[in-house]
Amino acid sequence: MSQKFDVLVIGGGNAALCAAISARRAGASVLVLEGAPKFYRGGNTRHTRNMRCAHDAATDILTGPYTEEEFWDDLLRLTGGQTDEELARFMIRESKDILNWIVEQGVRWQPSLGGTLSLGRTNSFFLGGGRAMLNALYLTAEKLGVEIVYDAEVIDLEIEHGMFLSARLKQPVDGTSEIRASALVAAAGGFEANIEWLKEYWGEAADNFLIRGTPYNRGSILKMLLDNGVQDIGDPTQCHAVAIDARAPKFDGGIITRHDSVVFGIVVNKRAQRFYDEGEDIWPKRYAIWGRLVAAQPDQIAYIIFDASVRNSFMPTLFPPIEGGSIAELAGKLELDPAALEKTITEFNAAVKPGTFDHTILDDCRTEGITPPKTHWARRIETPPYLAYPVRPGITFTYLGTRVNRQARMVMKDGRPSANMFAAGEIMAGNVLGKGYAAGIGMTIGSVFGRVAGREAAKNARN
Amino acid sequence: MHGTKILEEADRLMTVCNSCRYCEGLCAVFPAMEMRRAFSDGDLNYLANLCHACGACYTDCQFSPPHEFNVNVPRTLAVARAESYSAYAWPRAFAGAFARNGIVISLVAALSVAAFIFGFAAWHDRQVLFGTHTGPGAFYKLMPHNAMAALFGVAFLYAIVALTMGVRAFWRDIGEPVGMKTDAAALLQALRDAGELRHLDGGGVGCFNEDDRPTDRRRLYHHFTFYGFALCFASTCIATLYHYLLARQAPYAWWDLPVVLGTLGGIGLLIGPIGLLTERWKRDSVLVDEARHGMDVAFIVMLFLTSLTGMALLVWRETAAMGPLLALHLGVVFSLFITMPYGKFVHGIYRFAALVRYAMERRAMAHGAGE
Repeated sequence: MSQKFDVLVIGGGNAALCAAISARRAGASVLVLEGAPKFYRGGNTRHTRNMRCAHDAATDILTGPYTEEEFWDDLLRLTGGQTDEELARFMIRESKDILNWIVEQGVRWQPSLGGTLSLGRTNSFFLGGGRAMLNALYLTAEKLGVEIVYDAEVIDLEIEHGMFLSARLKQPVDGTSEIRASALVAAAGGFEANIEWLKEYWGEAADNFLIRGTPYNRGSILKMLLDNGVQDIGDPTQCHAVAIDARAPKFDGGIITRHDSVVFGIVVNKRAQRFYDEGEDIWPKRYAIWGRLVAAQPDQIAYIIFDASVRNSFMPTLFPPIEGGSIAELAGKLELDPAALEKTITEFNAAVKPGTFDHTILDDCRTEGITPPKTHWARRIETPPYLAYPVRPGITFTYLGTRVNRQARMVMKDGRPSANMFAAGEIMAGNVLGKGYAAGIGMTIGSVFGRVAGREAAKNARN
Repeated sequence: MHGTKILEEADRLMTVCNSCRYCEGLCAVFPAMEMRRAFSDGDLNYLANLCHACGACYTDCQFSPPHEFNVNVPRTLAVARAESYSAYAWPRAFAGAFARNGIVISLVAALSVAAFIFGFAAWHDRQVLFGTHTGPGAFYKLMPHNAMAALFGVAFLYAIVALTMGVRAFWRDIGEPVGMKTDAAALLQALRDAGELRHLDGGGVGCFNEDDRPTDRRRLYHHFTFYGFALCFASTCIATLYHYLLARQAPYAWWDLPVVLGTLGGIGLLIGPIGLLTERWKRDSVLVDEARHGMDVAFIVMLFLTSLTGMALLVWRETAAMGPLLALHLGVVFSLFITMPYGKFVHGIYRFAALVRYAMERRAMAHGAGE
C-alpha cells in the first residue's frame, strides 16, 4: 500500500462511507481505513436505526411533513442554543436531499411499523437497521472502486501547518506502513470507548460506565488532530448517557440493553433512596437524562423498581427483571437494605394521589408530600411479585470534536481553514449538537457532512 | 422449560430480537414475534416454520456472531424447523426417519426401483421387460393399468394421510383449534405469499447465500423446482382424467397436454434442483443446519431423478429401453410418494400452514386496531 490516494478516509461508519462514496463519485481515488475488524465495521452506525430529515410532505415512509423550520426549532430547543446556526441550518436544508441520496447509495427505508417510538413523521427507518444500512453503503463503495482496509489502526498523522501529508498505519498482519493522500476526511467518531480519557472528566466513576457502542471509538484520531492545531468544539465533559441494564456487556450492548420502565415505577440508589422525579418529562427527554442521573449516584448504580401489575406495559427487555415475592426478598436479591427499601416504598405509596394514568402524556397521577416528588404517572407499588432492573450509565457518544466550516473543512486554532483536512460525523457533531440529543440526528450529521466532506475533499485533491 | 435444547435457544433469541426489533421490516417472523412476549414450544415451532431462511436478519444483525449475544436466527430456526418435522410426524414411530433421511430415502428408492423391475419381470417374461412396445397402452404391457393405479393410489393416499395428520398436530400446537372458521382472505394471502416466496427476498434485495451480497438465485431455482413439480403433478392429474373420462391410454403424443405439461415441469425439475443444490453447496455454513444436510439433499436429488427418469422415458419410450426406464421412473416416483411425509417435502406444507396462521393474525390485529 505504497501508492498515493486522492482522498484518505479514516473511519468506517455512516459519515465515512458517505464521504468515500461521494468522493469516489466525484472522480477521486479513495482509501477507507476502518480501525475495526470487518464484523465490527461502522462504529456506532451499527446500532442506529433511523435518520431525521426535513421534508415538506408525507411520503411512503413518513407520515407527515417535517419542515426545515420545525427541525430547526427542535434543534434549538434540545441544544439550548448550543449550535452553530449557519452550520445547523445548512445541515437541515441538505437533509431534505439526503433522504433520496442515501437511497441512491443502496440504503432502503422501511415503512414505520410502530413499536414504542413515535417517530414515523420525523424519522426514516433503515430496513433491517443500522448494520443493514452500513452493508448497503459498503457494497456500493466497493462496486464504485473505493478501497477498504479493515483492522487498520492509524497510529500517527503527519500534519504541517494545517496541511495533511500522510498517515501511519498499523495492521495486525502487515505491520506499519505510510499512506499519503491529497486530502483527508476524518470520520473516526468520538472517544466514548476510551475509559482513561473519560476519567479525565468523570474521575473514577467512569470505570462503572458501560459503553453502548463499539469498543473502537477511542478518539485517537480526534486527539491527533487537536494536538496538531485543529480547533476544538464541544464540551469535553459532555456525553450522551442513558440508563441501561447493569448486566449489559461493557461494550457494544447496543439498543437492546435500554430501559424505559421508569414511568411505571420508582428509581432508587444503592442506599434504597429515591433521588429524582421519575415523572418529570416524557420520552425522549426522560430517556436522555437518566444516564447522567445514575452516574451521579454512589457506585453509579440504581434500580428501577415496579410491580407485577405493569410488567407487560413496556417493551420486552433482554434481561428479565429480578423478582421478589416481598419487598424484603427483592431487596435481598438486589443487596439493598430491606428496611430502607420498605420504608422508601411505603412512603412513596402513601404519597400517591389518585389520578388517571396515561404514560403518553403528562398525566395527573402524582405524589404529595415527599421529596423528590413523582409529578406524573405515580401509582402505588403493591402487587407482588415485586420487580427490579439494575441500571448503570450507558455512554452513547461524546461531544468534543473538531471545528469545521460549511465545506466540512476543519478550522485551525488560528481560525484559518485547513488546506486539505475535512471532518464528518461524530468527530464534528459538536458543531451542530453542542448538547442534548434527538433520535436520528447523529445519522443526519453523518450523512450530510460525510457527503459534503467527500465532495469537497475530491475537489481539493484535484486542484 | 422447553421441550428441546434448540427451542431453549430459539426462545433466547426471540427474547433478544423482541427487545431490538430492527428486523421487523424484513419478513413475517419478526412481526409475528412482536405479537408475543413469551414463547411456547408451539409459538417457536410456528416462527421456525414461518422463517424462509433468507439470511437477511443474520447479515443485518449487529449481534450476530462473533458478538457475544451470538444471535443466529436463520440457523437456529432451521434446526428447530427440522426438529418440528419429527415432532409432528405420523405415525410417531416414523419420526426417526427425518434424522437418517438421506439413507432412508436412498434405501426406499433403491428397493422401489428393484421391486418394479422384479415385478415387471415376474408379471411376464424377460422378453416383455426388454421388448419394444408402442402405441396406446404400451406402458401397461409391463404392468396392468389397474395394478399400477392401485399401487400408486395406495402410496399417494398414505402420503396424504400422514401429511394431514402431521400438519393437524402442527396446527394444534401453534395455537389454532382444528376446524376453526375458514378465513378465505387469509388463505388467499398465504397462497400469494407462498406462490411468490415473498419472504425469501431479504426484505426486497434478495436472499443471502454465500456472503453479504444479496442475490435472488435461490428464489429463482425454488420457483423452477416448485412450479416444475406443480406442472408434473398437473400432468399426472390430467392423464388420470384422460384415462378414466376419455378412455385415452398413455403414452400420449408429444403435443398432448399431459406430455406438454410434464415436459415443461420436467425441465423445471432439472434446472431447479441443480440450482438449489449448487446454491446450497455455496451457502455460508454459518447459516446452515448441517446435521440435516442429508435430508435436504436427498429430497432435491429425488426430485431431480424423478424428472431425469421421466424425461429419459419420454425420449426412449419407443425403444427396447422403455421397460427398464419405466421401471426406474415408477420406482423413483413411488419412493418419492411414500417418503414425502418424512423428508424435506413437508417444509412446504408446514410453511404454508404457518403463512395462513400469520395472515390470520395480521388480519385479526388489523381488525382489533380498527375497532
